Amino acid sequence: MSSLAAADAPISATKARSIQPAWVRVMHWINAFAMILMIMSGWQIYNASPLFNFSFSRDITLGGWLGGALLWHFAAMWILMINGLAYLVTGLATGRFRKKLLPITPSGVLHDVRAALTFKLGHDDLTVYNYVQRLLYAGIIVVGVLIVLSGLAMWKPVQLYYLVMLFGDYPTARYVHFFCMAAICAFLVVHVALALLVPKSLRAMIIGR
Amino acid sequence: MAKRSFLIPGVDKRLLIKDSLKVMPDLTRRRFITGGASLGALTLLTGCDVVDSSSAEEMLKTVSKFNDAVQAFIFNPDALAPTFPESAITKPFPFNAYYDLDEAPEVDGKDWKLEVRGLVDNKKPWTLDELYQLPQVTQITRHICVEGWSAIGSWTGTPLRDFLKLIGADTRAKYVWFQCADKDGYNSPLDMRSALHPQTQITFKYANEILPRAYGFPMKIRVPTKLGFKNPKYVVSMEVTNEYKGGYWEDQGYNSFSGS
Repeated sequence: MSSLAAADAPISATKARSIQPAWVRVMHWINAFAMILMIMSGWQIYNASPLFNFSFSRDITLGGWLGGALLWHFAAMWILMINGLAYLVTGLATGRFRKKLLPITPSGVLHDVRAALTFKLGHDDLTVYNYVQRLLYAGIIVVGVLIVLSGLAMWKPVQLYYLVMLFGDYPTARYVHFFCMAAICAFLVVHVALALLVPKSLRAMIIGR
Repeated sequence: MAKRSFLIPGVDKRLLIKDSLKVMPDLTRRRFITGGASLGALTLLTGCDVVDSSSAEEMLKTVSKFNDAVQAFIFNPDALAPTFPESAITKPFPFNAYYDLDEAPEVDGKDWKLEVRGLVDNKKPWTLDELYQLPQVTQITRHICVEGWSAIGSWTGTPLRDFLKLIGADTRAKYVWFQCADKDGYNSPLDMRSALHPQTQITFKYANEILPRAYGFPMKIRVPTKLGFKNPKYVVSMEVTNEYKGGYWEDQGYNSFSGS
């Protein structure tokens, strides 16, 4: 028994120092991989019937043509959905969402936005998210849920008719899907830029500390 | 020249890419490659040469078959596609094909006969006049294209399941396979459960007028629970079969079930 207790001690010590637990890191990178496949194949699908007066350059799309892009999109969607669902369940069950992302107060967000814009927002303690991070991370989870729901509505508009109703009609679900993609891309630009500016946050997402 | 990879004799990958670039932006000419070169189309799935494209293709084809099974599993034969009032009809309803309208099949209704083959009791071909005698119903539903756009239209005709009953089709068979008058032989398989769906229709009229050439004269199959490319136009024959015979777009990589 005593040997068990002794073995436990270093593990909990490691846990205490860990900024990003292993499940967050694994799911983060699986999500990043799936999301990039979804976005690049999604751009190629968009090009088949653009919603707006522009198309995506073929250099940055995946699949080569509509049929190929659809195969990628409907393959990567399983990775995205299963990983995303596991992330939501674990985040809620472990209380990580509540601990890390809440509360989000307007005054807190305003304060931290002002601090960020004047380069006074510190990142000394990576275990605590500032209000801008909380808002963006909680917001991108909501966008992630919306893009999956609008995608499912477009994939199965008859079998999942109630999902189409949620968005109003089929064409509206397409626009929702597009704008969620745009929001994710905007998030990605900020997220990657800041991760590079604060390399220890990138390190924490790779090795945990 | 040495770098040129010929995946199948006579089909140059680079030329295929060039060809696809040329036709891609034009919605009415989305034809990717000529018939028979579907292997060439699949080599482009990965979009670049650095990826081991053949293993990626195999993986994607496997997942697509898995997606067929998932869609068949969640397909509810009683779930109806939403219907709309006449005021919701999209005007003009788009013509869509991999060719221009002036290249669309021109079928002479007097000579045309619907051939019925495969696992059916009565293989007698049907003239258009005979088909017009069948009871008809009208549906106003949303046509959803694989490209993403959609349009609401009004289609009138005979429920396919009534016709299948009439000709004594073995409805335990897996597919009804349609062949069309298009010069490259458009065809498409329809799984039997979708064929028996109450809204699946042998269509003779669009907006209460005899089906114009643009929409598939003399008959099309309207399947509101499937994407548009699985709603064949200019139909010349149907075959009830257990064999998966492939389809024009299905063979090039579009998901075969493609249910809504």
